[in-house]
Amino acid sequence: MMLKRRKIAPWLFLAPGMAMFLLYVIIPIGQSIGLSFYDWDGLGEKTWIGWHNYIELFGDDAFYVSLKNNVAFLTLYMLAVPGGLAIALFLNQNVFGIRLVKSLFFFPFVMSQVVVGLMFSWFYAPNFGLFARFIGWLTGTQVAVLADSRFAIYGIIAAGLWPQIAYCMILYLTGLSNISPDQVEAARLDGCKGPQMLWHIILPQLGPATFIAVVVTVIGALRSFDLVSIMTNGGPYGSSRVLSYYMFEQALSEYGYRMGYGAAIAVILFAIMMVFISIFLIRMIGRERSV
Amino acid sequence: MKISTWNLALAGALVASLASKAMAGDLVINTDASDPAPKKAWELIVAGFEKENPDIKVKLNTFDHEGFKTSIRNFLSADAPDIVTWYAGNRMAPFVKAKLFADVTDVWTDNKLDDAMKSTAASMEMNGKKWGVPYTYYQWGVYYRKDIFQANGIAVPTKWDEFVAACAKLKAAGIIPIAIGTQAPWPAAGWFDYLDLRVNGYEFHRDLTAGKIPYTDDRVKAVFAKWADLVKPGYFVENSAALKWQDALPLLTQGKAAMFLLGNFIVAPAKEAGLTDANFGFFPFPEITPGVARAEDAPTDTVHMPAKAKHKAEAKKFLAYIARADVQAAANEALGQLPTNNQSAKPNDPFLQAGFDMLSSASALAQFYDRDAPADMAKAGMEGFQQFLAKPDNVDQILGELEKARKRIYK
Repeated sequence: MMLKRRKIAPWLFLAPGMAMFLLYVIIPIGQSIGLSFYDWDGLGEKTWIGWHNYIELFGDDAFYVSLKNNVAFLTLYMLAVPGGLAIALFLNQNVFGIRLVKSLFFFPFVMSQVVVGLMFSWFYAPNFGLFARFIGWLTGTQVAVLADSRFAIYGIIAAGLWPQIAYCMILYLTGLSNISPDQVEAARLDGCKGPQMLWHIILPQLGPATFIAVVVTVIGALRSFDLVSIMTNGGPYGSSRVLSYYMFEQALSEYGYRMGYGAAIAVILFAIMMVFISIFLIRMIGRERSV
Repeated sequence: MKISTWNLALAGALVASLASKAMAGDLVINTDASDPAPKKAWELIVAGFEKENPDIKVKLNTFDHEGFKTSIRNFLSADAPDIVTWYAGNRMAPFVKAKLFADVTDVWTDNKLDDAMKSTAASMEMNGKKWGVPYTYYQWGVYYRKDIFQANGIAVPTKWDEFVAACAKLKAAGIIPIAIGTQAPWPAAGWFDYLDLRVNGYEFHRDLTAGKIPYTDDRVKAVFAKWADLVKPGYFVENSAALKWQDALPLLTQGKAAMFLLGNFIVAPAKEAGLTDANFGFFPFPEITPGVARAEDAPTDTVHMPAKAKHKAEAKKFLAYIARADVQAAANEALGQLPTNNQSAKPNDPFLQAGFDMLSSASALAQFYDRDAPADMAKAGMEGFQQFLAKPDNVDQILGELEKARKRIYK
């Protein structure tokens, strides 16, 4: 009897959470996958069209542009990790007023992404933006970053990096406060300093912080919807779309309402995310086993 | 003075409706009239209706203009109001097909609206039936700085050559000839509409937006060739893809740019920014191919009765009311737009007068590219126009992509 109870109890405690997870995550994923095989405008009848949405997607130039931009987002966003580390190392000292400086560096992360996007689009705006003026002064011609299909996506990534670096910085700052002082002391006695100290003593102890920083940065890069929507609407002529924005455009925007096609994009995005999520999960499970 | 009478009327209607609560019908109206002028116009319409129908109490729900486009899909199928505002042409097609709008042909026949709304009747018809009632429309055309034209000795152009020459003169004088903002790309579609209407005429434009003509057709290429006359010499403001039309407007009001092709909704913000009838004017888009009958863009806003409306008799009463000449005249004066009922009194505002004359003598009216073409074609098209403004040399590639989209969308 006791044994049975012990077996049931954990499931009982898990049940509410699992029910929510099932209702709000698992079932919608199933529905999205199902929907991706239909042609549906959100109002009328659904028509089964099999793999047609996917076939169209793989012949769709806009899809490849979005995919390429997602890759650019993922790679360049990774700069937030060393960037955050550098600032954290710089700020990790005890001088008068350092708390204020720290909070100033953390400030961009507190701001809404919408505000960040707006500020950067003014920063880039031709004729009155600070950046456009600076480039104009430097080279003689102004560049409208967000109106130029070559630069628009990088302009958005730069805007996104600003709060992301702040986020990584705060993760590393907490990591740095947990560094064991004896190890640092011992290393110092052995004559270790500078980059050597950083590489062999500090960084290994920052492992967990780095892991979390990479995870949140990858997720941040793949989610990158709000900045695109605020700064360019995916333009000029679709050159700064990312998958999440393209999905929104096809399924839910003013000229979209192709639910099936949007769902197919969502499924692809989900598959990409699954790759990263599985890597992280495997690593995490591996860690827990080794402890 | 005027407002207080309306308030009195409203109060009277309220008292009356309270008194007869037992048999009172509630009429729920959902509108997207979130801007100040439309909001005021709708309050006028409702107050007048309640005054005439003291037994009907109206509940007016005002939605944010952009949010409305999403929420209408929800409330039409779930909790339908009795009246909704929407747009004519292809924009209402999804709701008609999904049987969410009710057939109101009887309102048209009972009130003889086919004569009174001759110019917009066709845009409300699908499958041989009428699906709503138009209450307002507005003209598109070229808004320009009279003082800049005068200072440079330019007369209002009526022919394409004159228009291009005017641009060249302005450019030489260091003024941006044409302001435009295409961050939201639809203002570029206004240019395409007008060039196509002037080069190839209304029938061709209608067939093109109905998907019957390939975008790689030589006649479409001719449209872009005319457009290139303006784009390649740099007569449009640079980097227009970074600007919304609201961002490009200061160029006009500060005198840095001379012309702006847009709808009549440009007048209110332009005047707010300091322009007056003395230095700010309007002219119709110039003729290109001689002999092509003059057609215009005139997007029409409409009211519909949802199929699931709970008070259909009251809703039809309201449709008949808003179609009336005097009601439309009063409402459109507040809106700053034109009544669709041709028996309405002629407006006083000089811009509206010009629009009224232009539209009533037009051979045909197009709605606008994104209302004439189906939504996904409109999206692909407008993106192509935006690209053309930035990279006019890519025209063949752009048209190739549009043709690919056309084949997919119209099947």
